[in-house]
Amino acid sequence: MRALDLKLMRDLRRLWAQCLAIALVLGCGVMVLVLATGTERSLRLTRDAYYDRGHFAQIFAAATRVPKQLLPEIARIPGVAQVEARVSMNVVVDLPGMVEPAQARLLSLPAAGAPVLNRPTVRLGRLPEPGRIDEVALSENFAEANGLAPGASFAAILNGQRRALRVVGLVLSPEFVYLIGPGALMPDDRHYGVIWMNEEPAAAAAGLSGAFNDLSLRLTRGASEAAVIAAVDRVLAPYGGTGAHGREQQVSDTFLRGELGQLGAMALILPPIFLIVSAFLVNMVLSRLILLERPVIGLLKAMGFTGREIAVHYLKLSIGIGVGGVLLGWIAGAWLGARTTQLYTEFYRFPYLIYAPGTASFAISAVMGLGAVALGAVRAVNASARLRPAVAMQPPAPPLYRLGRIDAAAIRMGLRQTTMMILRSITRWPGRAAVTVLGVSAAMSVLVACFFTFDSIAAVIDEAFTRTNRQQVTLHLARSVPATATEAAAHLPGVTRVEGAFGLPVRLTRGWRSALTQVEARSDGDTLVRVLDGNGRVVAMPPAGLVLPETLAAKLGVAPGDVVTLSLLAPPRDTVDVAVSRVLPQSLGETAYIAAPALFALMRVAPQVNRLNLLVDTDRLPALYAAVKTAPAVDGVLLWTGIRAQFDATIRENLIRSVMIYAVLGVLITVGVIYNAARIQLSERSYELASLRVLGFTRAEVGYVLVGELMLLTFLAIPPGLLGGYGFSALISAGFSTDLIRIPLVISRQTYAVAALIAAVSALGAALVVRRRLDRIDLATALKQRD
Amino acid sequence: MSDQVAFRVEGLTKTYASGAIAVQALRGIDLALYEGELVVLLGPSGSGKSTLLNILGALDIPSTGRIFFREHELTGMSDAALTAFRREHVGFVFQFYNLVPSLTARENVALVTEIAKRPMRPEEALERVGLGHRLAHFPAELSGGEQQRVAIARAIAKRPEVLLCDEPTGALDSATGVTVLEALYEANRDLGTITALITHNAAIRRIAHRTIRLADGRVASIEENPQRMEPAGIEW
Repeated sequence: MRALDLKLMRDLRRLWAQCLAIALVLGCGVMVLVLATGTERSLRLTRDAYYDRGHFAQIFAAATRVPKQLLPEIARIPGVAQVEARVSMNVVVDLPGMVEPAQARLLSLPAAGAPVLNRPTVRLGRLPEPGRIDEVALSENFAEANGLAPGASFAAILNGQRRALRVVGLVLSPEFVYLIGPGALMPDDRHYGVIWMNEEPAAAAAGLSGAFNDLSLRLTRGASEAAVIAAVDRVLAPYGGTGAHGREQQVSDTFLRGELGQLGAMALILPPIFLIVSAFLVNMVLSRLILLERPVIGLLKAMGFTGREIAVHYLKLSIGIGVGGVLLGWIAGAWLGARTTQLYTEFYRFPYLIYAPGTASFAISAVMGLGAVALGAVRAVNASARLRPAVAMQPPAPPLYRLGRIDAAAIRMGLRQTTMMILRSITRWPGRAAVTVLGVSAAMSVLVACFFTFDSIAAVIDEAFTRTNRQQVTLHLARSVPATATEAAAHLPGVTRVEGAFGLPVRLTRGWRSALTQVEARSDGDTLVRVLDGNGRVVAMPPAGLVLPETLAAKLGVAPGDVVTLSLLAPPRDTVDVAVSRVLPQSLGETAYIAAPALFALMRVAPQVNRLNLLVDTDRLPALYAAVKTAPAVDGVLLWTGIRAQFDATIRENLIRSVMIYAVLGVLITVGVIYNAARIQLSERSYELASLRVLGFTRAEVGYVLVGELMLLTFLAIPPGLLGGYGFSALISAGFSTDLIRIPLVISRQTYAVAALIAAVSALGAALVVRRRLDRIDLATALKQRD
Repeated sequence: MSDQVAFRVEGLTKTYASGAIAVQALRGIDLALYEGELVVLLGPSGSGKSTLLNILGALDIPSTGRIFFREHELTGMSDAALTAFRREHVGFVFQFYNLVPSLTARENVALVTEIAKRPMRPEEALERVGLGHRLAHFPAELSGGEQQRVAIARAIAKRPEVLLCDEPTGALDSATGVTVLEALYEANRDLGTITALITHNAAIRRIAHRTIRLADGRVASIEENPQRMEPAGIEW
């Protein structure tokens, strides 16, 4: 090995702690990049492979009753490759040992052979045998959550009839990778599942013999999705079609897409912060090192080394740090990526998992990581290459201080001289102080943004559970009934208040934009389910006109005063123009609202309800549940207290996991920045600090000069750090919002305080570690050295 | 100078481990320093002068032997107690001044007066060394002699009982050196500060009460100086 390279190795060994601190910061950026892109890629590949092998449909449609004779016509629609017609119905399930009712979506399996599309993968047991009317297969998560293995029995209420069913198999389906019940906010495996049953008994139960009500299609290559949807809608309209849609509105796929989008956003937003900070750190350390190495550089030049050779030598040092950081990041990223991808299978059910982070994320992160440190080193390295040997061998000129305005103010304040030393060090090297402030504020930003997710989720929970949905139970009715049914429901056991609700599927169109959604009738007296504005005030429904959530308005490109075309996808299936009266910020869902009288006037019917919201005497809940399990009119039940508990538990568990990771990252940046700043301070001022000890200053008093300066800089980093945290949170709010959940930009004071506190405590810790080195300074020899 | 013993040193040795080799800097020193005296320590490089001075000033601890300041034994004291001893009783002056570059002359002195029990005002200390007009200058704006006089002002501002000077004129020319010696001489005369002064310059011994010669880590000779001169009278 060349002597210069030996020197490099020894420099790295001597500066290992500082190099490690930088490498850790850099490693964080690389890790996040590898983690996010690796997880995203693995999840995407798994999804694509599963969709492909499971023949996941591309277009989905529902109707009331379509004769099977219509199938050839549908198959002939240009662009349609495969067609799968099914019977689909919502059923209430009575599970052994469970007091409350569960609900399920019941799907029919073709009379002969396996389904062409949305093929279930059998995980355990088998699919129902042809001709068996009581055999069913269950979605794996529902069966597992309820301890239902092949051979177990349970009851379901099919169209008002209680039927005993026998489990013969557990399956997964590409259609239900993310399985969530209608109106629910989170998967609830205990209370919602999918049941596959032979076609004959299913059609009989649904009253759909010789007909179907659910259609899935796969397209030929290059076919126009929009054209096929329009054609399908035309064919199904006379049969109660509620509007065909592509995968973009398929619930499971939408959640998956949202997740992939969030991972992509994470890869874009976070790594740059770490890379920029590590570039600054490399610059800080190398500048200092070169300053200390001036005599060596002079000597090397005097011996005939070129400026270029010397520059390359120091560049290698920074690349050494970079390689360390990139390797650390790769290892941590790949490990966490594999774990995270595994964790996703708790929520996203795939029959297999392809963990393939791909070489691209490793390559990109390496290029970015090494680029960041090289960039940080360039300025310092340039300076080394330019030094003249004679100049380099001289000790550098002592720093020049001048009395400025800050000094005058400080002198008037009668500060102690040790405090003056702190102030002068900052004003004399403002650039270095700025790097420290920048680094610590970057760390605070990361911390604010990571705790912000708690605030925003709390806001979503508050909006969804406390302020908007105040009912305890929602009953979904199998079909619409006159509003007078509400009075009958008041007689159900334990019910203390009933409010009817009505919603129906609609397509909203404005120019070339359109959206398939639900419109809900709102009555003035409704108190259980409320529509709130951005300030939490109840919105008074305008007599006519629509009230839209922001996300839907944005999708349609409309503002209050604009007119949209409203197509009712239920009888009378009219299409009318309606004005948009108001647009509201709303975290969850894309439901449009309209005053009940206006909607029923459009439909030309007397007021109706298809949902009942209930307040119940908690003691009598079991009696209510028992009644619901046998009520023929009810095809679905939502238990809001259960949903909330599930939501809280799942969200918090996941959040705490990711927040922990980011909190560690925030701490690592702070430690990296402060530790390096402290080491540099110490090496430059050891002579001065030793002098103070000689003069009789205690260790604590001398430590104050070192630690005080860094803590003052940390303190100065608070305002920009919190401001940066706000901006960073805004980016996350925008980048992580999906079609289904808008992340509100709400940051509590506690979040700001905790972020600042964690950064300050980490900074103090790092500074104190370096301060301990002060104790080891040998006073007698420190005084002899002229640095 | 009185005949009361201020420092008593008994059988002092000091061995440094320098890599694999042990270097014996002091090989058994017995010595007494008296209240109010000014002594000059002479000797070639490596004779142990600085090591002795550092131990007297509680900057270093001996390997064996005992050292007493008045009735207090310094050997065996904790680090905190040694710091307190320096803080309350000892002033140091070094060859390279050891000023804090970010503090002005006045502030460098104030650094010490802020932690001392009964200090003089920083301005007064600087007047004493003839720098009353350079209060607001930073070290980089002062000449070597001026910087050394600021260091002396800083050392005497807390009215120390002991002033330890390690080659205070080593980096200075003859004329500047004399001004520095005058400051030390006057502090000893006016404040009664016990002053020990290391030098390579034999001429300086003429201003001392006694001269102690060290050689090879031992006291080689001690001579009294009945005819002291004022610093202005010597040159080199």
